[in-house]
Amino acid sequence: MRRVAITGLGAISALGVGVPAFWEGIVSGRSGVRRITHFDPSGHLAQVAAEVPEFDPAAYFDDSLLALLDPFTQYALVAADEACRDAGLELSEDERDRAGVAIASAMGGVSTQDKGYHQIYGEGATRVHPFSIPRMMNNAAAAHVSMRHRLRGPTLSFATACSAAAHAIGEAAEIIRAGRADVMLAGGTDAPIVPGVVRAWESMRVLAPAAADPARTCRPFSRDRLGLVLGEGAGVVVLESWQRATARGATILAELAGYGATADAGHITQPGTHSPARAIATALAQAGLAPSDIDYVNAHGTATLLNDVTETAVLKLAFGGHAARLAISSTKAVHGHAMGASAALEFIAAVLATRESVVPPTANYTDPDPACDLDYVPNVARAMPVRAAISNSFAFGGLNAVLAVRVVEVQGARGA
Amino acid sequence: MGAVSDNLERRVIEIIAKRKHLDPASLTADTTFEQLGIDSLDAADLLFAFEDDFGIVVPDDVARSMRSVGQVVNGLRGLNAGAAGTP
Repeated sequence: MRRVAITGLGAISALGVGVPAFWEGIVSGRSGVRRITHFDPSGHLAQVAAEVPEFDPAAYFDDSLLALLDPFTQYALVAADEACRDAGLELSEDERDRAGVAIASAMGGVSTQDKGYHQIYGEGATRVHPFSIPRMMNNAAAAHVSMRHRLRGPTLSFATACSAAAHAIGEAAEIIRAGRADVMLAGGTDAPIVPGVVRAWESMRVLAPAAADPARTCRPFSRDRLGLVLGEGAGVVVLESWQRATARGATILAELAGYGATADAGHITQPGTHSPARAIATALAQAGLAPSDIDYVNAHGTATLLNDVTETAVLKLAFGGHAARLAISSTKAVHGHAMGASAALEFIAAVLATRESVVPPTANYTDPDPACDLDYVPNVARAMPVRAAISNSFAFGGLNAVLAVRVVEVQGARGA
Repeated sequence: MGAVSDNLERRVIEIIAKRKHLDPASLTADTTFEQLGIDSLDAADLLFAFEDDFGIVVPDDVARSMRSVGQVVNGLRGLNAGAAGTP
């Protein structure tokens, strides 16, 4: 079985464009949640979201390309560009045949859909723009990443809701392990802050109403939680076979050591405990890690009562007595629930925790919940060695994915 | 007042019975969502139906208090549902 190296990271989120802004934001607990600007949220129950701030797509794409790109694809491309730069990735023509893409999106081009449906049903239009389909199809982001970086290996999109990016990264690693590719750009993207989608989430009664201070709206594991806050953005990582990465002298940020995927086979929205715990156990087994080897858990942590209590039970089930010694945090408090991008952003948080020996906190944690009685690293980042970490993703549909990363001895300064 | 309240309860029972394919006669004010196997997703569906039927908005905090037929009726009455002669 071939080992998988993580050699590049890219992120765009409510915390800004780029991994440095993302990492600074989650470590300092700087919330990107604010009043919605993508449309006028007056009259909505949920008037806040974690939107990407001050993003000008014209700075990244020329007009003819931009016309083809829904925001969910724009975000994926921005993150993929950064990840390739970070990895110093250079590929020969032959190598491009063995380099692929796995980009998740839970929602696809909902901005394009929302506008098109408004034109048809709201304005009585009888035609919508001919680029509507290529903009909104769920695989558009994966396809554009493949085209921009001329990667001709296995190229796939994943649509498993809130776990989608973890499935994309995990399955991309499996493609490398199986020898079907040597390099994979993997991650997830979503841009769901549009009226139709926000209305649909509101009806489920899981969205948080705006707090007096919007930045404090998302409060994972805190008893005064208000519910989920929608976010957006993208996270992309460069995965390489260990052999290729070491042969070219790449800086290996961490090892993607294990991946577990399971299904609850239970309820369409209510999470179970058995199968998420098995996803953790499967990831640890593939990595050859014992529960006691894990120092940090980036939790799914959506700040709904059902998630927070169930995930706490899952961690106790999977880790036994070691659960109380885990440093656990939900960074969704500051970057929101970016749907198909969430698992990629949170995986990047886990990678950097091992790399930087710092665990980002759970921001907005002000009211300890007796039903959630583990160490959620409240409000303040913790400097500590992180030998190995996992990132949990537990999607609607009961589809669970867990990624395990292991620290690599530092070979030199980051980016050197 | 009693008639309005009775009408409200009767309508709530009709809506729940229709959604859950039950005999309305089997439901009373004391029947709980748990007894009917109504989970949080079903409850969101029911609340949507109540909002449509009575032309009101049920805030989340009121929604959370509704775990039985009687609690639904009380919650809706608090929102003035049925008082304006809605069907």
